[in-house]
Amino acid sequence: MDAVTQHNNQEAQRKAVMAVLAHAEAGEIAARLRTLALPGHQDLREPENGLVMLRGRVGGDGAPFNLGEATVSRAAVRLASGEVGFGYTLGRNSEKAQLIALCDALLQSRDFSASVERDVIAPLRELLMIRREQTAAETAATKVDFYTMVRGEG
Amino acid sequence: MYVAVKGGERAIENAHRLLANARRGSHNVPEVTLDQISEQLGLAVDRVMSEGSLYDRELAALAIKQARGDLIEAIFLVRAFRATLPRFGASEPVETGAMRVQRRVSSTFKDIPGGQILGPTFDYTHRLLDPSLAEGFVPEAPATAEASSAPTPRVTDILGRDGLIESSPQAEKGASVGDLTREPLNFPADRDLRLQNLARGDEGFLLAMGYSTQRGYGRNHPFAGEIRFGEVEVEFFAEDAGFAVPLGSIELTECQMVNQFKGSATEAPCFTRGYGLAFGQSERKTMSMALVDRALRARELGEEAAAPAQDEEFVMSHSDNVQATGFVEHLKLPHYVDFQSELGLLRKLRQEFTDANAAESMKEAAE
Repeated sequence: MDAVTQHNNQEAQRKAVMAVLAHAEAGEIAARLRTLALPGHQDLREPENGLVMLRGRVGGDGAPFNLGEATVSRAAVRLASGEVGFGYTLGRNSEKAQLIALCDALLQSRDFSASVERDVIAPLRELLMIRREQTAAETAATKVDFYTMVRGEG
Repeated sequence: MYVAVKGGERAIENAHRLLANARRGSHNVPEVTLDQISEQLGLAVDRVMSEGSLYDRELAALAIKQARGDLIEAIFLVRAFRATLPRFGASEPVETGAMRVQRRVSSTFKDIPGGQILGPTFDYTHRLLDPSLAEGFVPEAPATAEASSAPTPRVTDILGRDGLIESSPQAEKGASVGDLTREPLNFPADRDLRLQNLARGDEGFLLAMGYSTQRGYGRNHPFAGEIRFGEVEVEFFAEDAGFAVPLGSIELTECQMVNQFKGSATEAPCFTRGYGLAFGQSERKTMSMALVDRALRARELGEEAAAPAQDEEFVMSHSDNVQATGFVEHLKLPHYVDFQSELGLLRKLRQEFTDANAAESMKEAAE
């Protein structure tokens, strides 16, 4: 595997992990992380709350426009071994942003990537899927089945 | 002359204390929590987020509590709050076609791919007050059915494949996205600014404007091509990470209005469109927005623009309920000095009137 492919793969994996973590509660992430013997780490950037302007598209698929803002919390964490992780999440929970940043850093570390995936991400992904399947099943029950009334002969 | 008037501090302080007690209401009733507002008055929260132009359920719930349920006051509080935070940037445009749909209906096609999905809706309820809700009501658990993995394409995409509907305007290369929170509004305004204005505009105002187009003031023959509500993922290009990071998901309602056709010597006739998009489950808002968006395209589509809903300066200058309430409600603040000068002028005019009449009757008497 060449360096570029490797980089892209790692980026795709980090994005997929962030997508799971952004949907989890801070408490859920923290509880899972406690099962690991974490390496030393420090804040590279103090958690900060701010806004992101959310954009839609004209007609759903056209030119972008500004829909309205959302609160976002962000943080950056560096492991003692040098890996830097970034955490971004909707809302104002700076602890959650820090936890996501820590997970992102761990994921890039040769020593921790497997265990963080197995003990933190996989169970949270599982929970997220269960919640989504439940909503999808409840939604599916409200799908309209059209039928044609059979008319009388003649 | 400017006259500084002091006093009233104590009255103001005590009025706010009284307000805090009025807000709390009877202490025999439990205090409402933010979770309760967010979970059980969810559509009020959605409206405050949309018109407050800030997606944050917890803050919207707090604003509703603080405003004693006055939603325009709550929207005002949310708008003021957003000025206290730095902006990190803008998200990647959300992909509503990939929405995890919780409701999706079309009034133009019965058999749309993915089906008609009613979701949690007031439609088809009988609008009879339900006394069982007055005390401890536990609803039956939702029914479930096997979810299909079939995609739910937008109805406009299906129509678009056959060229029956105009395609959405695409961004010009390198064009910036207008932002009315950053630059003052100028007319004529482009569609991006118009949609931003409508998205944060007052639901009641847009409802009335949309309704007026249906009643003949700028008629454009609308069909609700599709209304969908559900969750979309948000991504933000983070400079430090170097890629678009997922931020989580938001709930959105989208309305695609399909309107009467246009065509020309060089272009085959096709349906035109109006677009509505808002935070949360905001169906009335997005339908009204789509009607008004279409009406505001009158000039672009070569239609006569004579109705209020087609006048972009009129619509865009009056849609914002925070601006509107600010100007209307400022009338109740002290205008003592202004009023004194008006009063002085009126007295002078009345004196002149009396003097003129007296002179007139003296002249008549003399003759």
